[in-house]
Amino acid sequence: MTRILPVLTILLAILVFWYAAAVWMNAPWQNTLNNRAGLENVPFTSFAQQTWAQDKPVLPAPHQVVGEIWNATMGLEFTSRRSLAYHGWITLSATLMGFAFGTALGVGLAVAIIHNDASDRSLMPWIIASQTIPILAVAPMVVVGLGAVGLTGLVPKALISMYLSFFPVVVGMVKGLRSPENIQLDLMRTYDASSWQVFWKLRWPAAMPFLFASMKVGIAISLIGAVVAELSNAAGGGLGVRLLTGSYNGQTIQIWAALFIAAGLAAVLVAIVGSAERVVNRRMGVRA
Amino acid sequence: MTAVVSAEHLGLTFPTGDGDIVALSDVNLTIEKGDFVSFIGPSGCGKTTFLRTIADLEQPTSGTLTINGMSAEQAREARAYGYVFQAPALYPWRTIEKNVALPLEIMGYSQAQQAERIARTLELVNLSGFEKKYPWQLSGGMQQRASIARALAFDADLLLMDEPFGALDEIVRDHLNSELLKLWDRTQKTICFVTHSIPEAVYLSTKIVVMSPRPGRVTDIIESSLPRERPLDIRETPEFLEIAARVRDGLRAGHSYDGDLV
Amino acid sequence: MRRDLSLFQLYLALVAMGIGGVGLALGLPTLGTAPAVEVFFALAFLSGLRLVVRFSPWLDGALAVFGAMALIVSLPGGVMPAHHWLALIAAWAFAWLFVERLSACIRAGILPETGVGLLIPIMFGLALLVVWEVVTRGANVPPVLLPPPSAIGMRLMAETHILWADFVQTFIKSVLPGYAIGCLAGLAVAILVDRSPFLKAGIMPIGNFMSALPIIGIAPIMVMWFGFDWQSKAAVVVAMTFFPMLVNTVAGLNAASSIERDLMRTYAASYWQTLMKLRLPAAGPFIFNALKINSTLALIGAIVAEFFGTPVVGMGFRISTGVGRLAIDLVWAEIAVAAVAGSAFYGVIALIEKGVTFWHPSVRGGRA
Repeated sequence: MTRILPVLTILLAILVFWYAAAVWMNAPWQNTLNNRAGLENVPFTSFAQQTWAQDKPVLPAPHQVVGEIWNATMGLEFTSRRSLAYHGWITLSATLMGFAFGTALGVGLAVAIIHNDASDRSLMPWIIASQTIPILAVAPMVVVGLGAVGLTGLVPKALISMYLSFFPVVVGMVKGLRSPENIQLDLMRTYDASSWQVFWKLRWPAAMPFLFASMKVGIAISLIGAVVAELSNAAGGGLGVRLLTGSYNGQTIQIWAALFIAAGLAAVLVAIVGSAERVVNRRMGVRA
Repeated sequence: MTAVVSAEHLGLTFPTGDGDIVALSDVNLTIEKGDFVSFIGPSGCGKTTFLRTIADLEQPTSGTLTINGMSAEQAREARAYGYVFQAPALYPWRTIEKNVALPLEIMGYSQAQQAERIARTLELVNLSGFEKKYPWQLSGGMQQRASIARALAFDADLLLMDEPFGALDEIVRDHLNSELLKLWDRTQKTICFVTHSIPEAVYLSTKIVVMSPRPGRVTDIIESSLPRERPLDIRETPEFLEIAARVRDGLRAGHSYDGDLV
Repeated sequence: MRRDLSLFQLYLALVAMGIGGVGLALGLPTLGTAPAVEVFFALAFLSGLRLVVRFSPWLDGALAVFGAMALIVSLPGGVMPAHHWLALIAAWAFAWLFVERLSACIRAGILPETGVGLLIPIMFGLALLVVWEVVTRGANVPPVLLPPPSAIGMRLMAETHILWADFVQTFIKSVLPGYAIGCLAGLAVAILVDRSPFLKAGIMPIGNFMSALPIIGIAPIMVMWFGFDWQSKAAVVVAMTFFPMLVNTVAGLNAASSIERDLMRTYAASYWQTLMKLRLPAAGPFIFNALKINSTLALIGAIVAEFFGTPVVGMGFRISTGVGRLAIDLVWAEIAVAAVAGSAFYGVIALIEKGVTFWHPSVRGGRA
């Protein structure tokens, strides 16, 4: 309870602030509306309610966003083009595919790097440099470019997600696979263990905590990659497309709803990786 | 008697950025089967380096070294020794029994053999009943006992111990020392033991090798006249104190205190 | 067998030699059309002599460079003759052999770490560029998909003024102010929150949660609120950089050990003295970590925000319109500028970090 109470307090404060901000930010437009309708001296409580019920508010009130999410997921057929569940699914599948590829690539590169001096020296600087490149910015172009050669749908988006998520995995795994201390490596040497045995019995288990820490980061940015990649292909669907069409049509409520769904997805994905981590930890006897 | 370890004119030099460091210089030593040999000396005297050289963890730059008549590398490949490090170095993700099983898995023992050996060696170090515990659930002394069990689990007749009890408090250390003596007596292993404690060296050993630094070398080899059977209170006997005094003299002779001031 | 080569290096050497021989044979019918490549094949074949005489690693490097240059010089207008691909593989093998042997030399202490250590990644980068150039031009890859680096370089030279204007709009006007505001705000809030355990307990989980969210998605909202110009982009950057800084700083402020804090207590140091003399310096590595993460986030945020509406200038604008008009080489030139800007930004912060937190093991330790 002592951990939940502060969080709830802050959340409540944010909520109150949000409603207040909604009144304040939507007030100018509401005043215009009321003037047009010839309404004068509207009492504050009903004025506030008016600002919380606009069609295209500058800042929608939380309950409007929640209502939109409900309508756009539960209220519609899953296959409907307006269903957020449908678009969320498109984004989710690209995210998961990219994440799986990215993790595999990251682990593979890390294994190559720790076993071979030359690949360490030639790859590592470029892997780090590759992340200072705002690759997300090229995402639309990669999608269009791959589309030009007939590669459309999930794969181009997944490639962007992969590019983003492999990096934390490489860096984390290189650190993790190198984490065994000298004394533990010496021990394996006194057993005349093969490098295969050193890898599976020492390096790999020692790297597990690092792997999960990187995977949590990786899956979150994998989702970001998928959303941004969707911005370029309005026909393909996905949460990114909902953001884009919402911004073209001034549908703020739709934007916020898509944003909330994306946030929810990110939270669920990170939580899933987190619970996988706990399962592995328990099996590896990590102190609770 | 056959020589388990035999070193002749052994030297080891580490090249570093500011000149070479002579870690070992002209070390001559023979260790017989069943010996309990302690290496004692101040830090930097090469006692750990010598142990690591026997284990093929360091390569000598001059002289010859044979273990059971083989080169150090061949001896390592033949799994001729068990090594106990300063720290327990148990794998935190393995239970105690799985930690003891580690070398057995690597050396390809069958499941049945593994189970039998785990039970036997844990019994030997008085850790029966702790098989399913994880290392962090045990005290420091118990962890170090588990690491000794791990070194005993396979059939190596030579046990190399590098200050295994250095990080433990004195009471636990006394207890483990007497346990180690009993174990040595029961198993008839040859033990090389690095320490910087004079009472520990005298209490445990049949042979005490006194070393001194800059360059690391052997300054004295003292054969102990104490009986194999040693209760803890043997440490108050005049005989014990006499040997201890000899070791202390040896350490003093080999150690130039002036050098430390530079 | 020669002792100066490992087994793997020997395989590479044999591959290079074998390809040299095969390439020479396949090139015989068209002898004289691409003399440089033919000479390279001959040299590659002759490199088999290394089985008899000692071969300097630098010779492998020279062969790799020569092979690459021969290939680029002989690139025809249309599709490259099939056996020229063998030359690409051979050149790659020489480059690989070169870095393999150089790193072995560094490990053995024969060659110094500084300088040579830098040469290896440079070699790798160059090799990648050459492969890119040869593959795109040799295989006639449609420029829409991937233009050759030479075309990108030419566009870079030709359109300097456009690229510069975009850089100013995106980097100077959007990224830098947003980054500064976001980081300072995160730092300030962290210090404020740190005084109250209750607030800290409440904000930390939320901050951690927010750092994992696709905050970039607020870009369309910010464009609506703050207009098309740089202000909305800066606002996105602020939102993206705030949480990593907050979370890292709060964690960093707890990094000072209890012994160090007790020491300050024995001096009866005030809260601010403890903060300035102990806890902020101890938090340095954490704060710099956030600064580095944020440097890349900021650029991404500004560029992506421009996809949602901008005046007719800016890197994101150029990329999205360039993609639409299929002016892909201009887009790549823009990306090259962004990459250089991003790396330089990161590099500057890393340099400052080295100067400020020189005492930290991660900085002292050298290679990670």
